[in-house]
Amino acid sequence: MHNFTNKEILNWRAFLELKQQLSKDKRLKNFYSQGTYHDETPIRDVEFVALDFETTGLDAAKNSIISIGLVHFNLRRIFCKKSKSWYIDPQDNLQEDSIVIHGITHSDLKSAPNLLRILEQLLDELAGKVIVVHYRRIERDFLDSNLRAFIKEGIVFPMIDTMQIEADIQHQKSLGFFNWFKNKKSHSIRLANSRTRYNLPTYQPHDAVTDAIATAELFQAQIKHHFSPETELKKLWL
Amino acid sequence: MEVELLEIKDFIRQYPPFDELPEDALTEITQSIEISYFRADSSIIDLSDKINELYMIRSGVVEIFRRNGDLYNRLDQGQLFGQMGLLTNNKVRFPAKSVRDSLLYCIPEEIFHEFCERYETFADFVEVEDSTRLKQAIESTSDDANSLTTSKVKTLLSRDVLILPNNSSIQSVAQQMAEENVSAALINDPEVTDEDGSSFVGIITEKDLCAKVIAAGLSVDIPVSEVMSTELISLDHNAYIFEAMLLMLRYNVHHLPILKNKRPIGLIEVSDIIRYESQNSLLFVSSIMQQQSTEDLALLSTQLKDCFVRMVNEDANSHMVGRAMSEIGRSFKQRLLELAELELGEPPIPYCFLALGSMARDEQLIVTDQDNAIILDNSYEEKLHGKYFKKLAKFVCDGLADCGYSYCTGDIMATNREFRKTQTQWEDCFTDWIDDPNPQALLNCSIFFDLTGVYGRVKWAEQLNGFILRRAKKNNRFLACLARNALNRKPPLGFFKDFVMEKDGRHNNSINLKRRGTAPLADLIRIHALAIGSQSQNSFQRLEDIIEAGILPKSKGQDLYHAMELISMVRLRHQALDIESGIEPDNNIEPENMSDFERRNLKDAFLVLSSAQNFLKYRYNANKM
Repeated sequence: MHNFTNKEILNWRAFLELKQQLSKDKRLKNFYSQGTYHDETPIRDVEFVALDFETTGLDAAKNSIISIGLVHFNLRRIFCKKSKSWYIDPQDNLQEDSIVIHGITHSDLKSAPNLLRILEQLLDELAGKVIVVHYRRIERDFLDSNLRAFIKEGIVFPMIDTMQIEADIQHQKSLGFFNWFKNKKSHSIRLANSRTRYNLPTYQPHDAVTDAIATAELFQAQIKHHFSPETELKKLWL
Repeated sequence: MEVELLEIKDFIRQYPPFDELPEDALTEITQSIEISYFRADSSIIDLSDKINELYMIRSGVVEIFRRNGDLYNRLDQGQLFGQMGLLTNNKVRFPAKSVRDSLLYCIPEEIFHEFCERYETFADFVEVEDSTRLKQAIESTSDDANSLTTSKVKTLLSRDVLILPNNSSIQSVAQQMAEENVSAALINDPEVTDEDGSSFVGIITEKDLCAKVIAAGLSVDIPVSEVMSTELISLDHNAYIFEAMLLMLRYNVHHLPILKNKRPIGLIEVSDIIRYESQNSLLFVSSIMQQQSTEDLALLSTQLKDCFVRMVNEDANSHMVGRAMSEIGRSFKQRLLELAELELGEPPIPYCFLALGSMARDEQLIVTDQDNAIILDNSYEEKLHGKYFKKLAKFVCDGLADCGYSYCTGDIMATNREFRKTQTQWEDCFTDWIDDPNPQALLNCSIFFDLTGVYGRVKWAEQLNGFILRRAKKNNRFLACLARNALNRKPPLGFFKDFVMEKDGRHNNSINLKRRGTAPLADLIRIHALAIGSQSQNSFQRLEDIIEAGILPKSKGQDLYHAMELISMVRLRHQALDIESGIEPDNNIEPENMSDFERRNLKDAFLVLSSAQNFLKYRYNANKM
């Protein structure tokens, strides 16, 4: 089975069934039991959740999640009503420089719960949906490793990565003799820069729920420009 | 936990009608939004689709179309569409298409209807369009940046209103009116002790006493309630003066009770308004008459701009300003003619000096050139009198030019030999134009068909007018040609970003509001006026005659009235702004200098003009010629 990027190959449905059997944590077991879509499902029939984390650093092993934002959406609509956000009490010491980046202060986090306290709510939102992120190394790795620190068990589920999609599109564009000849550099695939290519508006960065909405919008735009509602899930998820 | 969607909330709060909503309402509407992305050139809603949402453009450009496929509007960031569909059985009335990649905020109909219920400003904004909004713009006491409408009726109230019980006899009412020296009294019902003070039940005026009592031979002992007028037209004390004037015009009343918290606090009369509006211009006119030379007049004329700006800032009504400026223009002419006669001696034969075009219509503004002509007595002989009138015309036209009324580029001036004709020659000339409407004749019509006498035998101007009316009214072919000619100048579709958008989608940087707005309006109003034989010269008065005659579809006359007023108001305001910032005023306006209020309402006014032109075409068979 090949997906769009030829990079990661996995039968997600079977994989989640297996995880359900192996998982020891009741919350995770419950999450996996919701399963996921068949990999040939056209994306117009899929319910998505765009997810974004703000973190204290870039190293999933050392740093922590400090805020989570998400929004439910499908190919037609992004539902503001179904958006959620949390501040999380980080397990490492909040570094000064990340305060500057996120605009999150110690007082914001003072009464914030730790990840475990909100885990059930978070998993309820995500269960059964296809998660869309921009740069999966953050959301996938941080949730997995931060969770391990609490319950000695990580988490994996299928994701669509809008940054990967953008990277592949840019890569394809740069292929071919003519582009090679011109040594054309591919464009930045960061969230804000990717959005500009689809004429999406500029938002204030580093607010988790805004970034989640921004990611959902970008995904809708990528589908409208490069794919179709009939595109099968297996071409996109990783 | 409610999520704070600041990015969205801060966007929508910048645009009407959301800009006037309270914070919690903004939060509520933000939460309800659904977002959708549309690629360039894709259809958003199709005709007759079901529509369940109001759309707001977050980014991109959307075009709205009419049923027949014509472009109706082009919208960008912050603008709304779909409201008409939501208000009319959820059927899409105007299909929409994205012309650029667009991100839309969709607001569910439940929220839309609830907000219409809850917030008046929201309902006002979304429920009306076109002519209705235009009407509101003209009549509302808007707090918008538009500062034209700044004087309130309460400033006119000078004395307490006389209020008498309804069981008073007619005679005792008349006695008290005489004692208080007032021309009207309000009548209340002492039995009714309504909390909110609406116990006043009628009004009695001198005119009522005359027409309903004396003329009808009624006894003066019967209660006043038998003869008072009970159809009460009143106005809140916070309303603007021009609203009072509109109301009095519309209902043809001369007294207007002014209410505060529904209690009458005063009564204003037509004369109050006239006194108010002419303070400025009357002063100016009287100084014109005191000047002893052309040089002095030219010096005085430099203050005309200040006078104009003062009027614009004090009043709202283009009708008032137009009348005052025309009055001033006529006064300059009259004084110049007096001075000319002093210098050249008594005229050898009687004559009448004519004002043409906007001055004759009482619609002159600050930027204007001179259009004038002379009617000579039929005893005129070129050899004997030619020289005198040539000199007289030159004196006046040069003088007018010195006073800021530039020479007419089309040479329609008394200095042109062609436009000094005898009574008979003028009648023949008009007969010619009407019976053989060639292009040049039609061009002349829009200037010469609005004429008024300003000096000398002014009666001749009226007679000439009567002659024209009689000939034009029964000449269908002439009216058809005139109608076709009036269709040459069409209004634009509206505005897009900082451009004027034409019907074919082209953009321009500025718009001449006279050429594209008031002039075509005046043209089409003139045609209807000629068709019904209206004696009036002023466009607003002509419209009243036209409405009276019932030749327009219902409410279309009122729409034209409001469109004329709105376009004129914007013209006035921008000319006043130009003067205040030291720029030479003109009729061109750049959309970037317009307020949202002006853009929205100008677009509506253009639409009224456009559909009125279509009606004209059909009414006078203009396309069959």
